[in-house]
Amino acid sequence: MDSRLRGNDESKTSPLLLMLLIPCPWCGPRNQVEFTYGGDATKRRPSPDAPESKWFDYVYLRDNPRGPHDELWHHSAGCRRWFQVRRDTSTHDILASAKPGDPLTGGAP
Amino acid sequence: MKYSIFSLARNAVSYHEQWPLAWRSPPPRKRYDAVVVGGGGHGLATAYYLAKEHRLTNIAVVEKGWLGGGNTGRNTTIVRSNYHLDPNAHFYEFSLKLWEGLSRELNFNVMYSARGVLNLVHSPQDLDAAMRRGNAMRLNGIDARFLSRDEIATWIPNLDCSADARFPIAGGLLQPRGGTVRHDAVAWGYARAADACGVDILQNCEVTAIRVESGAVAGIDTTQGYIATPKLGLAVAGHSGHLAAMAGLRLPIESHVLQAMVSEPIKPVLDTVVTSGAVHFYISQSDKGELVMGGDLDFYNSYAQRGNLPAIEHVVSACLALFPSFGRLKLMRTWGGIMDMTMDGSPIIARLPIKGLTMTGGWCYGGFKATPASGWLHAYTMARGEPHALNAAFTLERFAEGRMIDEKGAGPYAWAH
Repeated sequence: MDSRLRGNDESKTSPLLLMLLIPCPWCGPRNQVEFTYGGDATKRRPSPDAPESKWFDYVYLRDNPRGPHDELWHHSAGCRRWFQVRRDTSTHDILASAKPGDPLTGGAP
Repeated sequence: MKYSIFSLARNAVSYHEQWPLAWRSPPPRKRYDAVVVGGGGHGLATAYYLAKEHRLTNIAVVEKGWLGGGNTGRNTTIVRSNYHLDPNAHFYEFSLKLWEGLSRELNFNVMYSARGVLNLVHSPQDLDAAMRRGNAMRLNGIDARFLSRDEIATWIPNLDCSADARFPIAGGLLQPRGGTVRHDAVAWGYARAADACGVDILQNCEVTAIRVESGAVAGIDTTQGYIATPKLGLAVAGHSGHLAAMAGLRLPIESHVLQAMVSEPIKPVLDTVVTSGAVHFYISQSDKGELVMGGDLDFYNSYAQRGNLPAIEHVVSACLALFPSFGRLKLMRTWGGIMDMTMDGSPIIARLPIKGLTMTGGWCYGGFKATPASGWLHAYTMARGEPHALNAAFTLERFAEGRMIDEKGAGPYAWAH
């Protein structure tokens, strides 16, 4: 794992409430208050003439996994760029981050 | 045993050592006519009304942990029916009416306290929206009153109603019949009443798989073995998606963490529930004297039942902006619960596309106040195989059909509701 991602390892053992330390692929690890959540990163926008069922799935349905979850974050109080994060929804551990279009590696769901 | 002044006196004589257990812990049977998953308020209420209103006698509630150990014990105990849209208004008003008679219905004091729920408004736009909602409520037969800033300042002296407040208060919309209910008592009261009707309550019994045969529910695998049933009701909000996935279904729901917190207990300072949509904050004082506070989601998917400091800081700073004198208090505890956040902010109480499978869930922030009506209507839907008029709009299909019930007009962003 990238050493920049280690910031959250304490959360496994510490009873304290911690902040998320989110690794922006451009700026490095930053406090969660600099970021805005963008939801499920696995959804792909269907073509405009796709059947309604495809659009329904894209707009409304979510896998909502309990475990590793690929999601979008926006570094809204930083570089203002979108990127992908793989985060465990049962522990809040951040497993990987990547620029848009790049593969997320590590902690595969 | 009926709880009364006489049973209290009789048991006082024996030093309160002879009280019978409030409910049994039987071993599971091989087959039930109906099984409800989830031993929180919603699941226990469903089982109670299945037995009482629909005369089913062979029912079980399965719970992976202990009764009321999930969101029933994690909410901020507020009940109200101050909604704008008709389906929500009618549903929550039905719930509030059930709350009003619930202690008598269950022979268990759930400590419903009609102390009022006051929504503060801070701007002309806020005021217009509150007036509109208040008028909609009154047209639906629900109590609503608009209070001026002066009326609020007289009633709640420690609320900063001055013109130079950080978020100046312009007035407020009050629902006098809103208030609080002792949340643990709701689970215990429904459990005891359901047990008295013959419902088997199976704790430490986690569902590991849902068996579906030719499009219909056949039964569930649990940590206490296989249980056959033709009717399965899910009342597991926070984990609805997790259970639905066992039946091969995906839902228009994301799970998010919502935090709440209490101060150290103090003497009575606040005799109503104060909320502010503009600063995302609500507060009331519990009967133990703690100030109970909450605000926004942490805004990321979570099943962890704990959140992070930014959401807590937001709640505390909002509290101090409205009630500067509370700055002398210490926070005693904080905790988190997992919300089913639907894509329109309204619940799902409906049949699912598998025969015999129903759910009540998708409660977003609002599950506790819905408990009695959720159970009543979920039981109706399970027993009759079709929804009641009061939950006919809360279908799973509404998302595909474009019949959203989006109170805030926030659109399909689960965490925005």
